[in-house]
Formats: sequence, structure tokens, C-alpha cells
Amino acid sequence: MSVEDLHYEGEYPIVIKGLTNAFGDFVVHEDLFLNVRRGEILGVVGGSGTGKSVLMRSIIGLQIPAEGEIEVFGKDITAAEPDEVIGVRNRWGVLFQGGALFSTLTVAENVQVPLKQFYPELEQGLLDEIARYKVVMTGLPEDAASKYPSELSGGMKKRAGLARALSLDPELLFLDEPTAGLDPIGAAKFDELLRELTDTLGLTVFLITHDLDTLYAICDRVAVLADKKVIATGTIPELLESDHPWIQEYFNGPRARAAQSAKTKADMQKADGGS
Amino acid sequence: MREWAEYSLQEEGGCTTLVVTGPLLVATIDHLDSALRDMDDPVQFIDISDAYPIDTVGAWVIHRFAEKHSAEILGASEQADVLLEAVQESASTANVKPHVDWFCLRVPEQVGEAVFEFGRGICRVIGFMGAIITAFLGTLRHPRRLRVRALVRQMELVGVTSLPIIGLMSFLIGIVIAQQGAVQLEQFGAETLTVNLVGRITLRELGVLMTAIMVAGRSGSAFAAQIGTMKLTEEIDAMRTIGVSPMEALVLPRILAAVIMMPLLGFFSSCIAIIGGAVIGDVMLGIPFFTFLSRIQEVVPIWDLYVGLVKAPVFGLIVALSGCYQGMQVAGNAEDVGLRTTRAVVQAIFMVIVLDAFFAVFFTEIGWG
Repeated sequence: MSVEDLHYEGEYPIVIKGLTNAFGDFVVHEDLFLNVRRGEILGVVGGSGTGKSVLMRSIIGLQIPAEGEIEVFGKDITAAEPDEVIGVRNRWGVLFQGGALFSTLTVAENVQVPLKQFYPELEQGLLDEIARYKVVMTGLPEDAASKYPSELSGGMKKRAGLARALSLDPELLFLDEPTAGLDPIGAAKFDELLRELTDTLGLTVFLITHDLDTLYAICDRVAVLADKKVIATGTIPELLESDHPWIQEYFNGPRARAAQSAKTKADMQKADGGS
Repeated sequence: MREWAEYSLQEEGGCTTLVVTGPLLVATIDHLDSALRDMDDPVQFIDISDAYPIDTVGAWVIHRFAEKHSAEILGASEQADVLLEAVQESASTANVKPHVDWFCLRVPEQVGEAVFEFGRGICRVIGFMGAIITAFLGTLRHPRRLRVRALVRQMELVGVTSLPIIGLMSFLIGIVIAQQGAVQLEQFGAETLTVNLVGRITLRELGVLMTAIMVAGRSGSAFAAQIGTMKLTEEIDAMRTIGVSPMEALVLPRILAAVIMMPLLGFFSSCIAIIGGAVIGDVMLGIPFFTFLSRIQEVVPIWDLYVGLVKAPVFGLIVALSGCYQGMQVAGNAEDVGLRTTRAVVQAIFMVIVLDAFFAVFFTEIGWG
């Protein structure tokens, strides 16, 4: 295994070409194209039922596409043998909507599950140390490591899920509506944490969200899913120039304006602080 | 072949420098981690300029070693610096294992807890029984509150859909009793008494008992799992807030369905078992099939049937009660659903057998022997 197999240096860790997904007669995606750049947070938005989660599930291999190619770290994972995918699978982390923590394990044990699965040679001492610092790194209190998921609040569960998603030090992180169900303060803190971790760890993030504040605050680019395709990708100002009715409605609604003004205010404060 | 993170020691002017090379990643760190953990010699500098790429696990191992030896880290790339700082900020000494009491404290505590829990459990079952009776009396006063559709649906699930499996089971049991009985009775030259044996034992005991066990396994477990899952997904709470009583909507139809269907299933089971016995009688003993059946009428007293039919609804009540009760007790997580379902079935079968023993003595004493 060479270093290239452990660390991706190319420009696009995820390349989707002509993806088609269908459940029976119901076509979710048709001829969908999308590239994700290394080091960016890509926000994926779209109305309910446009197949945001299905798109994520097809990239991580939980949904077999009817047609098309998905390249992750330059490897075509739709055509690959299961053995080849293992080398890719341990380089991404996934945070599911509900956290999907294993309820019979403590947070520390949850974090250690992927490590034990992929690197059984690691000593328990190191595993415990890793669990400890990952817990703190994701903004949980130190003593959360020994707790069970049922003892955690919703926001803490999300963070614990993030700690597990980050346990293998992945280069790619998939998040399915991470701030859904969090209070605005908790959601803002989670956004901040995500941005910070992305910059620190050099992550590439595929982020499904409905949260306009998240989009404005931390996403580098946004991909819009509609009409079974990615109809536009770009920064928010670029998207605003599009005349697609859904995009217009989405980014010019009252909630979007509020999120935008919050962002502008935050930027101005930052600029004031900097000068 | 996997490439591992490697290290070497360099002495220079009385200072020891640890030179780390290769990828410092979670996938390649194992050897380096064990080696550094065991190294006790003083080290003043750590050179990581040739270590690439690096992730937080690699940074953590270097950071831990540097802390332990108060060594200075040299040649860190920009990325390595960021990661080293991040793991330094996140260092924690918290316990990763949940707090567990000392053995001698834990055992008495758990025993005491179990005893109290047993007592509380009995109180809760009695309370649950009371709630069912209240709901039942409520529906008697207001018959329109009875969920007829749910009741019929449950009767179908408990009764009709279990006919094939109960039929097959009973048929085989009838065959076994007749065949084994015939072998033993032959030694006394009393093969013809096989008819009495099959007729009485199935109508009086086995038909209803085996049916109750089968219903506990099929429906009791289903009740516990269904209601338990609904409890987890807060459906039960949603019902309560809408003003629908879960007792009336979920529990009562299931209990009534089991109570109504059990006598029918028990009777069905006994009949099929007798047919099974008659088939063996025809094949092995030379007693014609219809002669076997008409002999049943002569040798089996009618109260044997009554004994079986009186027990059946009680068994049905027990099976449904423990299923619904355990389902309503589910709290916390998915594991609890499985635990409660198992408990529902075990409890139901145990109680059914205990009560069956009680009934056996009781009916013999009152002369229905």
C-alpha cells in the first residue's frame, strides 16, 4: 500500500458522472453530474424527495446506482470489487441524521468501533487515548466518553456521532442534516465546530442540509438538486444569478434573507475585530 | 505490503534526536506507537520533517511522546503544526470506562435491586391487569368504544393465520402419542386403549397446552415487539395526547382476541391430534379410521372437553397479558425491545405450565377426573 492509497492529492475526491438512481418506476436521479473539490465544504440542498440522501447513500455504497459512475479518490467504486472498496471505505466518515450511535456501547466504544474494525493491530491504550481526544475535539465534555448515548442530549449525540465519523481520520466526511433538530445556538456552535475541524484536519465535506444559516456560514459551494439533476453548483452569490424558480424561491425567501443578513453582520464584526 | 511509520535515534553533541519517517497515519502508526510507548531513554528532540502525510492519530502519538520526554518537536510542516496544536488542546485524562462499583458492593446492590424490582413488577402486573379490567368494563358500558376492526384484525392474526402451523404440530403430536402409546400398551395386550389415551390426553391437556405455547411464541412475542416499538417511537405518547387510550386501542383488542381465539384453537388442535392418532391406529394397529373416531365418543367423557375449554381462555389471557405488559414496559433502546419480547414469551409459557398443573389437580379433586 503506497502513500497515494492513504492520502489523496488530486483535485476532486468525488466525481459523479451520469448517475441514475431508480426505485422501480420512480426515477430519483437521471444523468446526474457532480464534482466535489478537495478541502471544500459542499452544501447539498434541494426540496424534500429530491434524493439528497439517496445521492449520499450511492456515494458511500449503500445504494447501488442503476447507471453511471462514481469515483471516490480516483477509484470507480461502482465497478470495483469489494476488496478494492475497503481501501476507500476507511477514508471516509459518515454522520447519519439521527447520529446512529450504537446504543449498547459508550461514546468511547462507539468511537473505537471503526478503529478496531479496520486496524485490529492497535493497542487498547492507544485506542483509549484516541477516543479521549476525539471526544474533546468534537466539543464534548471530557467525561462524556464513558457515557451511553441514552444519557446524552440531542446536540451531544450529534457531536458523539461526529466523533465516531472522524475516528479514522477520514479525508472525506459525509453529513446528513447535522444541525436538524438542534436549537439555533447549538446549531451555530456545531457549524463553527465543522468549519474549524474542516480547516484543521483538511477535510472535504459533503453536507446535506436544510439549514440556511449553515449554508451561509460555512459552505464554500452549494449544489442544488432539482428535476432529478444537480441544476447548479457554485457559491451562493453565483447561485443567486441563476433564474431557476426553485433557486430563486429558496435563496430569496424571508428565511434566506434573515440568514444572509446574519452572515453579513458576523462578517462585519469579524472585520471590525481584525482592524 | 503496507508502509509503516519508522523511527531512528541519532546522538549528536550529547543530545538524542528521534527521527520519525514515513506516513504518520492511523493506518501505519501501530509499530511506532508500541515502540515509543516502551522507550524510556531521554530524548531531547523529535524530528518529523520526513514524516508525511500526518493525521491526528500520528500527531497524538508524537505529542504524547514529546510531553513524556519534554522533547522539542522539529521540522513540523504547517499541516503538522496545526494538528499538533489541535490534539494538544484536546488532550484529556477522563475515564473512558463507565464507573463500576467494587465487586462486594455491586453484588448485594444488584441482589437487592432484583428483589425490589420483583416486588414492583408484581405490583405493576396487578396494576396493568386492573387497567385492562377497567378498560374492558368501560367498553361494556360504551360498546361503541370497542375497536371492532382492530379486534377482528387481531383475531385473524392470532387465530386464522396460526391454523396451519398449529394443525401440523397437533397432527404430529397425535401421531407420536398414538404410536408410542401403542408400543407400550402392546406389552399388556391393551393396544385398543390407545384410543382412550389419544382422546383423553389431547382433549384434556395437550391440545390446549401446546396451542398456548405456540400462541405465546407466535403472538405473545409479536404483541411485545409491536407495542414496544410503538413505545420507542413515541406513538403511544402521541395516542395519549390525542385522547386515544392505548389500553383500549392496542391492549384490549389483543387480549380479547387471544381470549376468544384460544378455545377455538385448542379445540381445533385436539381434533387434529385425534385425527393424527386415528391415522396411526389405521396403519399400525388395524383399527379402521372411522371406528377409531367413533370409539373416541364412547371412551372420552364429555368433561374432558370442558376441562380443556375452560383452561383455554385463561391461557390466552396470560399469553396476551404478558406480551402487552412487557411491550408497555419497553423504555430506552432497541435492545430493550428484544429483551422484553424474550421475557414476554418465557413468562407466558412458564405461567401457562404452572397454571396447567394447578388446573390438573383442581379438576381431579372436583371429580372431573
